[in-house]
Amino acid sequence: MGPLILSDVLILSAVLFCVSVAGIFLNRKNLIIILMCIELMLLAVNLNFIAFSHFNADMTGQIFVFFILTVAAAEAAIGLAILVVLFRNKNTINVDDISTMKG
Amino acid sequence: MATKLIFYVFAATLMVAAFRVITARNPVHAVLFLVLAFFSSAAIWLLLQAEFLAITLILVYVGAVMILFLFVVMMLDINLAPLREGFAKYLPVGFAVSILILIEMIMVVSHWKSGLATTVTATNIPNVEQLGQLLYSAYLYPFEIAALILLVAMVAAIALTMRPHTRAKYQKPEQQVRVRREDRLRLISLPAEPKD
Repeated sequence: MGPLILSDVLILSAVLFCVSVAGIFLNRKNLIIILMCIELMLLAVNLNFIAFSHFNADMTGQIFVFFILTVAAAEAAIGLAILVVLFRNKNTINVDDISTMKG
Repeated sequence: MATKLIFYVFAATLMVAAFRVITARNPVHAVLFLVLAFFSSAAIWLLLQAEFLAITLILVYVGAVMILFLFVVMMLDINLAPLREGFAKYLPVGFAVSILILIEMIMVVSHWKSGLATTVTATNIPNVEQLGQLLYSAYLYPFEIAALILLVAMVAAIALTMRPHTRAKYQKPEQQVRVRREDRLRLISLPAEPKD
């Protein structure tokens, strides 16, 4: 077992991303779990950025992660607010029942 | 050597937690496993010497966002049975697609040679200091935009979820100030009645 190298972290992040893609497929009716899977995907992307920043000795990756964290927090807040309004109006969070817009 | 062992321990924890997030029957359990996933990835970020972001991940994500998720999950009174309906049906295709993506990614990552150093490069300046120096000089303008995004998110979340009070009674100062004597007081001329 040698030292920690870049591709170890990249593979971990790829596995994490694929697990969350599978999560979106499996739980495609439950809106809350879909939001959580999106958070996991963002985490995988952030892990990639930090790995490159570390092995490249360049701080720009970490700056980018900082901004991704900000935007992800905003996204989670607004997403959950929309979820609460949706549940209040339609009394469901099942994705199949939310087809008013026929998208 | 020891670093790699610690990395594998936390990576295994992260994988198990992420797997339980997508398979948990109860959404509360899914949120709690998501907290575990964030904790283990914060530990991995510490191994990669991103100390400030690791602490931020725990404070912002575990402390705020996950608690928000937990509040919402507990607040909504959901019937869980119909939400699990397609689980077995989509199990094969979901795993097939994600394993395909995974194999492709691993093929690319393990055979890819770049100009980057693949081992650790150490610096003397602390991580927080480096980050702060960049954030407050070169990235000052994006930093302020990030603050604005948070403000807009706060306003949007409040505006979406706020309901107007219909039954509550409260003062309307602008109408109180604008009131005139004629609105409140009515002078009626009554004829004087004779005293018996």
